[in-house]
Amino acid sequence: METNISTLQSDTSIAKKKKSFKKKFNDSKYLLLLIAPCFVYYILFHYLPMWGILISFKDFSPFKGFFASPWVGLKHYRAFLTNPNSWRLIRNTFLLSLYSLLWGFPAPILFALVLNEVRNLRFKKVVQTVSYMPHFISTVVVVGMINMFLSPSTGIVNVFLESLGFEKVNFMLDPKYFRSIYVISGIWQSMGWNAIIYIAALSNIDQQLYEAAAIDGANKFKRIIHITIPCIAPTIIITFLLRTGSLLSVGFEKAFLMQTPATYSTSDVLSTYVYRQGLISGNFSYASAVGMFNSVVNLAFLILSNFLARQFSEISLW
Amino acid sequence: MYYEDKVTVFTVLKVIFLLLVVAVTLYPFIYMLSVSLSKNIYVMRNEVKLFPKGFNLKMYKIVFRDPRISIAYLNTILYTTVGTAISLSTTAAAAYALSKDDKLLFHGFFSVMIIITMFFGGGMIPTYLTVRKLGLYNTMWAVVLPSAISAWNLLVMKSFFINFPKEIEESGTIDGLNDLGVFWYLVLPLSKAVLASIGLFYAVGIWNSFFGPFIYLKDPDKYPLQVILRNIVLAGANIDLEAASAAGDDLVVEDSLKFATIIVSVVPIIAVYPFLQKYFVKGVMIGSIKG
Repeated sequence: METNISTLQSDTSIAKKKKSFKKKFNDSKYLLLLIAPCFVYYILFHYLPMWGILISFKDFSPFKGFFASPWVGLKHYRAFLTNPNSWRLIRNTFLLSLYSLLWGFPAPILFALVLNEVRNLRFKKVVQTVSYMPHFISTVVVVGMINMFLSPSTGIVNVFLESLGFEKVNFMLDPKYFRSIYVISGIWQSMGWNAIIYIAALSNIDQQLYEAAAIDGANKFKRIIHITIPCIAPTIIITFLLRTGSLLSVGFEKAFLMQTPATYSTSDVLSTYVYRQGLISGNFSYASAVGMFNSVVNLAFLILSNFLARQFSEISLW
Repeated sequence: MYYEDKVTVFTVLKVIFLLLVVAVTLYPFIYMLSVSLSKNIYVMRNEVKLFPKGFNLKMYKIVFRDPRISIAYLNTILYTTVGTAISLSTTAAAAYALSKDDKLLFHGFFSVMIIITMFFGGGMIPTYLTVRKLGLYNTMWAVVLPSAISAWNLLVMKSFFINFPKEIEESGTIDGLNDLGVFWYLVLPLSKAVLASIGLFYAVGIWNSFFGPFIYLKDPDKYPLQVILRNIVLAGANIDLEAASAAGDDLVVEDSLKFATIIVSVVPIIAVYPFLQKYFVKGVMIGSIKG
């Protein structure tokens, strides 16, 4: 009896739902039309490739096609993880983003703090506008500039070094300079842009705090240490934790454009290796497996750092 | 801000620091511009440091006469125009639909579907194979479609539409407009500012994109500027020598030519980005805190 009643009840509720679904669909049909191109885009260019990760568990050959290629399980993952050269790739990727984080992270904070102390609004605006500019310059141009300025024959840096009596250095072909060049040019390109979030946080500080502190006799440095820094600390912590979430993701473009085979010992990272294995050598399955390994580690880092962000503050990604 | 009116060591230090930042940012561009505008002889003697010596526009004539560069320039303009139109229209439409979270059916599903892609993706190889499978290889569509919508821009725009005044939309509904009509006749005309800024972000992105065209295009006459630029500046492809000799000089300094090529490619960007400024903060704040 009881079951009968409950089925009866659920029947009516389903009918009710169906009716409301039809009405809801009718209500939102034009909105669905508006979101349709976006839906198609995400299916074609994000979810089909995610489905395509399955080739990393197969021996994919373009001639056989996706479905006819045989399954091989974890063969490619095992091949990558047991390859002694893989360690170098992981190490290079990790160190490149670690150094970028360690040096690149404090720079925008310092810049924002100094900029915040400027009282001439016009000067402030000009400095800020100029500081954004490199962010909009393409990677090709930035790497092109690096190459030309550091060129051993005509580059301005080497001409300068020579005029000081030093020997010329072939920076771009020496593995020991790769990381420094990568990190320094990264700071040059993104310091101003990354400072935006701190500048915004600084402008939200209650000015009465400064006035009260000044009346109490706190000098400028004391005001910065006791008011400014604590007020933007949450922003700093959250930005830092989120940056640690991408410790094993080095973008392809810059590393690829900067590297030469001579510097592979420091410049070869996971993304450039995936490119060479997949698109140059045609080992599609193996390269997909390496890419997948990288994505999964990234995701794990991100989840971990988001968890930490939650512990430290109210703000988190999800 | 509370200030004291006396000049301290701190004041001097901060001004020096900021001027240094400005100098380090601008000097590379000033240097490239000056070298490209100088007479070859001074360039070869490394005498150009800040201002051009022996001002002339010869390098720019050579650059514009090189058919590869002019074709690539036109390609970049074409890809940027078409790509921005596609990206902006699909993003705006989807953002408007997503901003109606009480009305849009499957709202949660769409949101999750979009947000997942911010954290996880197929990666380089599966995406490449998908683009090939879709028959886009070596066409313009491979350049503009795979990265058409940025989830970031979509969320910024959605949060803009959420704050759009409800009264205006309701007045449209009372006048008999459906959602499409409200979006087209009322919302879009009043959202020109956000459309312009997101559109410019997309345009800059496509103008600067290298990787997509690099792996998806085969024919050199389809290459955009960034790929040609990489071939000339980084991979050591020579500028068309016929064009160079046509400029009436057998002595061409490679560096000046490369610098001129770089300058030509960045001028449109440098001219445009200051107009984006007022939207930066809004976008960055929304993106970083609301996720």
